[in-house]
Amino acid sequence: MLLEKLSAHLEEVKEYEREPVPASRWRGFKSFLGMYAGEHTAGTEFVIGPLFVAHGAGAMDLILGLLLGNFLAILSWAFICAPIAVRERVTLYYLLEKICGKHLTNAYNLVNALMFCFLAGSMIAVSATAIGIPFNIPLAKLTDWLPSGLPWIIIVVLVGTVTTFVATLGYDKVEKFSSIAAPWMILVFLAAAIAVLPELGVKNWGDFFQVAQDKIWTGKPLAGQSKFTFWHILFFAWFCNMAMHIGMADMSILRYAKKWTAGFASAGGMYVGHYVAWLASGILYALFLQQSNENLEFAPGPVAYSAVGITGAICVIIAGWTTANPTIYRAGLALQAIMPKAKTWKITLIVGSITTLAACFPALVMQLLDFVALYGLVLMPMGAIIFIDYWLFPRIGLQSNLAVVKNLTFNIAALVTWLGSLLACYLIAKTTGLEIFFLGLPGWFLAALIYIISSYAYQKKWSK
Amino acid sequence: MKILLKLVSIAGLILTILPSIGVFYEVISQEENKYFMLIGTLLWFGPKIIFKAK
Repeated sequence: MLLEKLSAHLEEVKEYEREPVPASRWRGFKSFLGMYAGEHTAGTEFVIGPLFVAHGAGAMDLILGLLLGNFLAILSWAFICAPIAVRERVTLYYLLEKICGKHLTNAYNLVNALMFCFLAGSMIAVSATAIGIPFNIPLAKLTDWLPSGLPWIIIVVLVGTVTTFVATLGYDKVEKFSSIAAPWMILVFLAAAIAVLPELGVKNWGDFFQVAQDKIWTGKPLAGQSKFTFWHILFFAWFCNMAMHIGMADMSILRYAKKWTAGFASAGGMYVGHYVAWLASGILYALFLQQSNENLEFAPGPVAYSAVGITGAICVIIAGWTTANPTIYRAGLALQAIMPKAKTWKITLIVGSITTLAACFPALVMQLLDFVALYGLVLMPMGAIIFIDYWLFPRIGLQSNLAVVKNLTFNIAALVTWLGSLLACYLIAKTTGLEIFFLGLPGWFLAALIYIISSYAYQKKWSK
Repeated sequence: MKILLKLVSIAGLILTILPSIGVFYEVISQEENKYFMLIGTLLWFGPKIIFKAK
């Protein structure tokens, strides 16, 4: 009964899913600045920063690579995603439906939901590493793929159950709690890093760069890890949110902006979360490695706890939980678009169960960099389709929004583009050995090219 | 009352970040910093949760 009431309440929330956002709901630059800073300072930051250390990133490579990569990400939000978002003012899903048709959009939603499940799963695992501290359970190593034992599975299932239960009750309260926690979390990242610097040998600020090179980002990968160069870091920083900017998923957020320039507000997330927080968590992990004699155990909870005590552990739990919770909810919404008659809470329950099962496998956390890159790459072609459909098609005599104009449920040209560009990326990786982090850029242009060619061929039958 | 709770929240944030700078300049110890940060955390979340509840 209670669930039904809450579910009914959720259905009443007006999110303008199938209509443009009215001017009365538009928001200014500042609100996007805070939102981006909060959204991109999350549980993933406790994993990504340390993984740069594990992959042997050099200090100068990291500082410059993140600076430039994040700058390119901001430009992608501002010049690719935001202009269409404020002109159309509809969600990505609705615009995709107009271009690709209902069935292809459903396929996109299904893939999106699965990716969300895995992402939320990694965050549940991050929270579990902090909750497991009092029980001293054996934790997974960087090279592990399978659960470290029954105690780990029990803790993950407990965290997953609580997270899923809260997600079924709705999104509002978690979102409010996230907004409260965001400024505090940013300061905990910063404070933890500053507090451990003396232990690494930084006695005054002038020592920092030397210590960074010698003890933190040494340029030497840990055993079993590949080496990251300046280019890996630049492309990872640029494309780790590829699904959001050039993949256009943030249209759903930026459609509330007064002006397209709100895209530049992503700088709040990039330079706070993806710069300060990544550097800070890397510093904490370097100290952990130094103190544990390069132990390959990888657990954000104990790392933060050893740096700043209970506050650090609470920060990891909250960061993981506040990321996992809305991600489960979003995955549920994506699935609900496919099964509109199913109750939201029932779908969220299914999604939460898949997420919890995934969270038991540490591979999800240990391979987070590759997973994040894959997640963006798989969804990115749809962004290229929207960009070309919106800007180029009216200028070259092709029909925009083909599915809605011709009453199609499946735009074959869009399907060919999606699968074709992914196949092309796979072949590039296979034949040239190019790593996944570098595939986004050629992939986007390939998707654009395939969409133009396939649309010429596909739209011929209507022009006869 | 609201102003007081806001001040307490801000004090919480200051107490979260400032002691770490004290550790860096060797004014306070790591252990003291951990206590200050925990108090800061409670001061930040406490009033905020009361605010939201109201």
